[in-house]
Amino acid sequence: MTALLEVDHVSKQFNVGGPFGQKRLPAVDDVSFSIGVNCPEIFTVIGESGSGKTTLARMILGLEHPSAGEVRFRGAPVSSRLSRAARLAFMASVQPVFQNPFEAFNPLKQVDRYLASTARRFLKLSAATDVDRAMDEALQKVGLSLAEVKGRYPHEMSGGQLQRAAIARALIPNPALLITDEPVSMVDASLRMSIVNLLQSLRDDFGVSVIYITHDLATAYYVSDRLIIMQRGRVVEMGPARTVLAAPEHPYSQLLKASVLSAEDAGAGRLDPITDRPPIPPGVPAGVLVERPDGRMVRMA
Amino acid sequence: MADILTVDRLKAYYLMNYYGVSREVRAVDDVTMSVRQNEIYGIAGESSSGKTSFIKVLAAAVRPPLKVVDGGVVYRFGDRTIDVSRARPAEIEAIRWKNLSYIMQGSMSVLNPVRRIEHIFEDFAARPLGLRGTALRAQVTEHLGRLQLGPEVLRAYPHELSGGMRQRVTIGLATICNPQMIIADEPTTALDVVVQKDVLSLIRKLQAEMGSSVIFVTHDMAVHANMADRVGIVYAGRLIEEAPTRTLFVAPKHPYTAHLVASLPRIGDTTRRPALDGRPPNLANPPSGCRFHPRCPLAIDKCRTNVPPLVEVAPQQRSACWRWQDVVPLPGSISGSRVEAHA
Repeated sequence: MTALLEVDHVSKQFNVGGPFGQKRLPAVDDVSFSIGVNCPEIFTVIGESGSGKTTLARMILGLEHPSAGEVRFRGAPVSSRLSRAARLAFMASVQPVFQNPFEAFNPLKQVDRYLASTARRFLKLSAATDVDRAMDEALQKVGLSLAEVKGRYPHEMSGGQLQRAAIARALIPNPALLITDEPVSMVDASLRMSIVNLLQSLRDDFGVSVIYITHDLATAYYVSDRLIIMQRGRVVEMGPARTVLAAPEHPYSQLLKASVLSAEDAGAGRLDPITDRPPIPPGVPAGVLVERPDGRMVRMA
Repeated sequence: MADILTVDRLKAYYLMNYYGVSREVRAVDDVTMSVRQNEIYGIAGESSSGKTSFIKVLAAAVRPPLKVVDGGVVYRFGDRTIDVSRARPAEIEAIRWKNLSYIMQGSMSVLNPVRRIEHIFEDFAARPLGLRGTALRAQVTEHLGRLQLGPEVLRAYPHELSGGMRQRVTIGLATICNPQMIIADEPTTALDVVVQKDVLSLIRKLQAEMGSSVIFVTHDMAVHANMADRVGIVYAGRLIEEAPTRTLFVAPKHPYTAHLVASLPRIGDTTRRPALDGRPPNLANPPSGCRFHPRCPLAIDKCRTNVPPLVEVAPQQRSACWRWQDVVPLPGSISGSRVEAHA
């Protein structure tokens, strides 16, 4: 069976510094996973800032070329150096959603213009009625309608509505895979769950696989099927989301879980700093990912 | 315990008058509350709910076009009483940092990038503390020790420090004069999850040591659950509910609060979380009556026309809802019994 997406031992190094102090900074280090063709799922990538999760997303989108390894989509390698036609075909199946919807949309353009140009470009539609129908269909999937969005500028919509419009735009070409980079961190608290619930309905009702990049363990537990936890570019633990988050094994995953603020003890003032913090030295030996009986993989020295 | 801060029917509006067109944005509308000594008071609200405008007034940092229209903000520092909404700049200068301190939003970038930390402390604290040279340095070193920062930090430039260390330096700046009141505006929003918990527990520890009061503003309810003694919820410029933290999470008496505390996902719990419809109101043109009524599942005709007052509904708990008796915790909220078991 060919997989929908295969990330095969992918690494990315950035060169930093001037002509005298060149250093190689490994942003992503030997990451592998795959997403199956006929089983839509929400695959979560967790890590703190600087752990390489955005670089990984950019490589999957073909915006960044891996230093080593290969990303394959439906068996064909993804690259930043595709021909125009191949690139368009790839973009129709893999679509991004970014962190801040207010930055993703041009404040001087009406929101529906973006949706319309996506429909024209990828669905090769030209008649205005066809374009409108495609836009309305996509907006219905996210709980909006064309009547609500048409002619409105980004500042006239709430963060949650705008983020849903951004997801609707990504859904227009009927993609098989959605890459969402921190889609809820810029959205207001009262609207956050509408986005998270939407990701779930995309998977269940429309068969779209979602790569959900986040640092929020609680929403990851709530929506995702499988996850990987990244630390300094390496995968330290991966497996079924609820098994891993219920009882993380790697010291770094345990540290992440211990840092989650829970409302469980509201008012009790439990804010003990994490005392038995495992050291996180920059040059830890890579170790290997070892498979556990419950299906997860843990990095061992 | 005596009140250190009393806010009485405070109204602060943005008043603009450009080319003959005047606009009025009611960012703080009729807020009455008080903060006790030695208390952490949390203020929660979403973006554009007016919470930053509110604490700008509390911190005596009002700049046009924001203007205090009515009401008062009275601090009691020992035997000195001062209404900062009316005080002259010289009077505010006298209490700034020594009595009333302010940790700003985005405090990652308040440090001057071309000054060493020791010089930043010198610029900042020499005058209010009245110390110079080695005496000042000794005090700064000791204070940084309380924040778990070694003396080597003093020689560093801000870019040499990690985000968490920079945040601790900022907290150090705000607390070196032992202020009785610290106002913190989203001090941990830009930090990583791991660092966030450390910084929060540090603020709590420092507060306990100095016996000061803290007003802590964030939109993250999970932070309030662990930090605050009491929490006030701000919606569209109004205080709509106020209660001791545990009460607020277990028995909210305003539909908006009930939704906020139920929408927090937790590890180990897969109850489907409801999402609230609608959008936060525009403060330039707020809805009539109760400002939450267009999104409220309990709204009745009265809510559309009459503004509900903030009334005491239980000991220490105030709610601004006509139907507070009908508000029940939503599925997914933490249950009272589980919390009692912890207490």
